[in-house]
Amino acid sequence: MCRIGSIKSKVPIPPSMALHLMLPQQEGHDNSGFAMVMQDLYGVFSAYKDKPLLSLACTQRGADLVEEYMDSHNFTQVAEWLPVPDKKSGLDIKAMPYYIFRNYDYPEDAAQMTQKEREELLLDTRLALRKLLAENNAGYVYSFWPDVLTLKEIGDPRDIATYFRLWDDNGCLAAKSIVAQCRQNTNYDIVRYAAHPFFLEGYTLCANGENTFYTKNKEFQSHLHRGYIGFESDSQCFLNTLHYVHRELGWPLSYYKHVITPLPFEEIQKRPDKDVLLDIRESLANLEINGPNTVIAVLPDGQMMTCCDSKKLRPVVVGRTDDRVAISSEVCGLNEIMPDRDQTKDIYPNEREIVVIDNDLEVTRCEQ
Amino acid sequence: MRAVKTQDISCNDLTWKIEYDPSRCTMCGSCVASCSFKAIHVAVERRDMTYSEAETPMPVKKHMARPVIEQVASLTNYCRGCGMCEKVCPNHAIHPVRNPDTRKTLLSKDSGPIKRGGRTNLNAQRTLDAIVVGRISQMTDPSLDAARHTFDIRSPLGRVLAARDLPLKVENGKLVPSGHTPPVHWIYPLIFSDMSIGALSTRAWEAVALAVGYLNEKCGLPVRMSSGEGGMPMGLLKSDYLKYFIIQIASGHFGWNRIIKAMPQMVTDPAGVLIKIGQGAKPGDGGLLPAAKVAEHVQAIRGVPKATLASPPNHQGLYSIEESVQKMHLSMSAAFGFRVPVAIKCAASATSVSVYNNLLRDPYHVCGGFFLDGIQGGTGAANEISLDHTGHPVVSKIRDCYLAAVKQGLQGQIPLYGGGGIGMTGNAAADAFKMMCLGANGVFTGKVLIQLLGCVGNEHGRCNACNTGKCPTGICTQDPRLVKRLDVDKGAQKIVDYVLTFDMELKKLMAPIGNSSLPIGRSDALVATDKAVADRLGIQYVC
Ligand code: SF4
Ligand code: SF4
Repeated sequence: MCRIGSIKSKVPIPPSMALHLMLPQQEGHDNSGFAMVMQDLYGVFSAYKDKPLLSLACTQRGADLVEEYMDSHNFTQVAEWLPVPDKKSGLDIKAMPYYIFRNYDYPEDAAQMTQKEREELLLDTRLALRKLLAENNAGYVYSFWPDVLTLKEIGDPRDIATYFRLWDDNGCLAAKSIVAQCRQNTNYDIVRYAAHPFFLEGYTLCANGENTFYTKNKEFQSHLHRGYIGFESDSQCFLNTLHYVHRELGWPLSYYKHVITPLPFEEIQKRPDKDVLLDIRESLANLEINGPNTVIAVLPDGQMMTCCDSKKLRPVVVGRTDDRVAISSEVCGLNEIMPDRDQTKDIYPNEREIVVIDNDLEVTRCEQ
Repeated sequence: MRAVKTQDISCNDLTWKIEYDPSRCTMCGSCVASCSFKAIHVAVERRDMTYSEAETPMPVKKHMARPVIEQVASLTNYCRGCGMCEKVCPNHAIHPVRNPDTRKTLLSKDSGPIKRGGRTNLNAQRTLDAIVVGRISQMTDPSLDAARHTFDIRSPLGRVLAARDLPLKVENGKLVPSGHTPPVHWIYPLIFSDMSIGALSTRAWEAVALAVGYLNEKCGLPVRMSSGEGGMPMGLLKSDYLKYFIIQIASGHFGWNRIIKAMPQMVTDPAGVLIKIGQGAKPGDGGLLPAAKVAEHVQAIRGVPKATLASPPNHQGLYSIEESVQKMHLSMSAAFGFRVPVAIKCAASATSVSVYNNLLRDPYHVCGGFFLDGIQGGTGAANEISLDHTGHPVVSKIRDCYLAAVKQGLQGQIPLYGGGGIGMTGNAAADAFKMMCLGANGVFTGKVLIQLLGCVGNEHGRCNACNTGKCPTGICTQDPRLVKRLDVDKGAQKIVDYVLTFDMELKKLMAPIGNSSLPIGRSDALVATDKAVADRLGIQYVC
């Protein structure tokens, strides 16, 4: 079982805080990797919030390929942050030669595009880069989106943090929203793409558990959207479904829960909105999940949310202070980063609700 | 002395031989009375006996004429191996034995193709037994508890729309309906399949219907029953119980006069309409009800004289799938105000995927279910040549259809139901579960139900006399004396108990794979111990 966590804050926080949230929970994970998605960025990226940021780990050849591609597709680089790694010996990390975080300006013709068209362009570009790098075995591209940074690596999370100098808190990296996880995927091959959090068109998602409807989900999602690819981990299905329900179908967030963990038929029958709930259950039966799970996600508008499987087989807790809300698999993580919070206000979400944290850190519990 | 010709039929030419022990026989006559086929009779044999009646042995040899029970050596009144004689004999004096030297099939062709009921006796292979539920939740995720957790065991019947096509709009943060969606009913994934009044005795049909009523009203299991071709009793058509029945229309359209006449007085809608295009047991052959079974009440329900009722192999006037969709589906849907799902039943065939694709792509979205009936399905009457030599196993065909839908992202839009051999070994839950993992939304079964009522027929040539009107268990006959043999309440109870256990057993299979909803399409939960089966179905081979 892995552990997941996230922090949403009124003031920018460094990645080390996410590590502090995760490390006390290390008994539950195997310290085999570290991955995080940072959103609403400060530090070196403060000035480029509207410029799509490419997060990449690659070889020299990969870096050249990406540059060539971006040039030929009229993306112009506006800023770049290259971590200067601490390469001291003895660190447990399977580092890639290059980590590139680069802001681009859209191609000129994007000026005539709608917001949606621009977003599709970013997705297509990421998918093209992914294909290019995979074909040449030259690296990984995790996200290409304004104000979003993704870092993933295989190894001991502490050492990974040392390598990227995340313990220094030097102010380069800071964000108001971080989702993190400290374990490489263990059910499937250890590949960087299989490590959550996953990112797709403004949606970030991290899941703790086992999706036993993986095959069904995957077979269905493969035809729903070009962005639903890879499937290196069963947890990607949660992200695809969130993206599909919320963005593609345009349904309110509450229906995500109705799709992944529909109410039993008996309960649906008692509901005034039973016609709608039955329609959903019929049409999206293949997106239902089974098995133990907890999900943490961030939506394009910055809202953070968490929910569980329908039998509440995985733990999760939400803790808050005036300027920060954190979600964590285990309460020991919260105690580490917010020891003075009022613990009586901690929320242990039940199996029939979504807990949503808005941008003012208002926490809402939405009954399914 | 009687003259014997070598071409004369002897008991050794027949499929079953009667073993009779005169020393145990008390001449009660029960066996002869019970044999509905007149395959045994009382005869007289000359016996040499040595006996002594004095206090000290004084053996006397005597020639005596003794009454005995004798098997009839005939190709018409032959023993079917039903075992009724054995069942009624108080002294265990008689029983049928399978005859490996039978020449019966070879010799029975004088009066045209052999007819019989039951299942194929040649292609009763069990693909499903080479498959095991092999993905068990261990450390990665917890198994569920079959006794404590809740399970959602329901399947859709009706045309399911793609989420994008659902007429929903957002109002105040809620989705609200903004148009009509095709009717979809969530039913129990085990459908009692179409056996008509006529094929079954009224009492047998009643027993099955009674079980359906009980399962719905008392056990909360929404089991649906297909009427079979041939209509339904007027009282039932006008009752509230109609909601548990799927009315069938087949190529003979038998019974529809009554159904249409009853429509204005119906107090509820039926659960569905099933258009029967073909039947797995005898694909390409129409329904057949021999005159012997067309009793008065059958004539009344169907509106026909006493004659052999042969439904044509095709729905006349239908020349293509498109037409079937337009004409039959639409008219049936319209007849019930588009409130009742209309599904179609076809014999599994090498062409099933094409049919399914056509249905999936039909622009009217009217097909509410695709029922695929495999070669191992049963029938009340068919030509043996069709039963044994035509048809297609259902397992790979269901899988093919499901995967064809997956390829287009259309899985689940037209629910798939598979039948034909489900429960052949007695364990319908295991069969159903595996079929669902391979892509079926549910299964349908008929033979198992009549076996629960007492039918002794099987796929090894036992009985299978359903076409003769002489069913020894009173199930497939209209002869009032035979029908009396069936205890309706006991039969219904047997079916109810079986289905309740089926439900528990399904849970016993869902729990270890950690699923509380039906694992439709979860082929990853299955492994196969036969490499060819594994490869064909796209599941893991294990050894
Ligand atoms: S087994 Fe059945 S058919 Fe054969 S003699 Fe006995 S009762 Fe008659
Ligand atoms: S017992 Fe009746 S229903 Fe069963 S096979 Fe024999 S004739 Fe057919």
